[in-house]
Amino acid sequence: MTEAPPYPQKRTCPYQPPAGYQEIGERGPVLKVSLFDGREAWMVTGYKEAREILTDPNLSSNRTHPGFPIIAPRLRSQIARTLALLAMDPPVHDVYRRYLNSHFSLKSVRRMRPEIEEIVSGYVDKIVEHGPPADLVPMLAVPFPSLVICRHLGVPYEDHDFFQDASGKVMLGDEQEATAAAQDLMDYIDRLVALQIKEPTDGLLGTLVHERVATGEIGHDELVSIALVLLIAAHETTSSSLALGVITLLEHPEQLARLREDMSRLPDAIEELLRYVATTDLVATRVAKGDIEIAGHLIREGEGVLVSGTLANRDARAHERPDEFDVLREGNHHLTFGFGIHQCLGQNLARIELEIALRELLTRLPGMRLAMPVEDLPILGAGTVQRVLRLPVEW
Amino acid sequence: MWVRADRDRCVSGGRCMAATSEVFDQDDDGLVVLLTPTPAPDQEELVRRAAHNCPARAITIREDPAPA
Repeated sequence: MTEAPPYPQKRTCPYQPPAGYQEIGERGPVLKVSLFDGREAWMVTGYKEAREILTDPNLSSNRTHPGFPIIAPRLRSQIARTLALLAMDPPVHDVYRRYLNSHFSLKSVRRMRPEIEEIVSGYVDKIVEHGPPADLVPMLAVPFPSLVICRHLGVPYEDHDFFQDASGKVMLGDEQEATAAAQDLMDYIDRLVALQIKEPTDGLLGTLVHERVATGEIGHDELVSIALVLLIAAHETTSSSLALGVITLLEHPEQLARLREDMSRLPDAIEELLRYVATTDLVATRVAKGDIEIAGHLIREGEGVLVSGTLANRDARAHERPDEFDVLREGNHHLTFGFGIHQCLGQNLARIELEIALRELLTRLPGMRLAMPVEDLPILGAGTVQRVLRLPVEW
Repeated sequence: MWVRADRDRCVSGGRCMAATSEVFDQDDDGLVVLLTPTPAPDQEELVRRAAHNCPARAITIREDPAPA
């Protein structure tokens, strides 16, 4: 038996998987990988197998289970282990999910379009005013999704610098930093929720006070945990997908030209970016709460399971020319938002944010190009949200 | 083609409505609403895509033709 390859591995290119993932993919669709703490976990890399296991009732999100795989030290913290929705199984998960579904449905997200367009256009105004070179990370990719979710939730805009900073540390800091930042965030949200319960304002938190707190379905603590997970989930992922999406387009000029010829295909191009970039790398971290048979392997109760979005999205059995970036790809399908009951609640919001931001950038900065070679862009992240720290562009 | 959408399984991902809003809609709770159980022939491929993309496997299709 060959040794289990290490997971995660660090990218060397912002939008391509690490070189070592090729071997992991070749040994798939189901194999064992070794984690930083010396433990092993199952990894699913096949597209079909990923869809199958993500709908298996024996796959559990219970992060307090001793067999739950921990892929980075910062995820040992108590807060990371008890997140609403993400760390819940049915039936509790489904109850929480139903509190939120209507507020993130395709229809309600479409109603947010004019406001999101106005927000993006404000940021791009400032970029144009600043002139080239401009760094799209602090000038758009980071503040924009943050402002959108703050407004949607009804979090005061004055506090959004604090949110950006704290949620960034929760996602990417070391163990100590992540724990401290999560506590700061909890304390803040705790105060915010107390204020909302006393005097609900416009926005999702105030609405949930009316719809669920007033009825006695949830209390202060439950609303705090919902608010925390929505804020964290909405910040890093969309921000990174936007920055990595811009880089991917600029690094494939012939594809970008095709898209520019017919901007009505932008939604398809976004699906291809989501497939190709796979910002979160993993789409699921789980533990088996019963035996699971998959692709000829037996995953035993109590064993950890990881599902690789990066590799499932590039599974040659499910996608033609999987390693090729093709903005006009027909019938695109990917697992970037996961699959099964935990599929990303904010996926429609993320899509519309990416669409509006890319349309505005491509229209208003038509000659946009990288202001430094792609290999010099500072990147972060291994096994979680992939991120660039800077993205200077000229036009 | 015959289509069914199971509202008890629905997780409001909206992928069905994104594939074709002529066959699928969402109600105020975000849950799937089936607009027609017998989609027009030009909708069939879009309905197959909707069923494939449904994360909750709430959409089932029967490929035999609807009775006249």
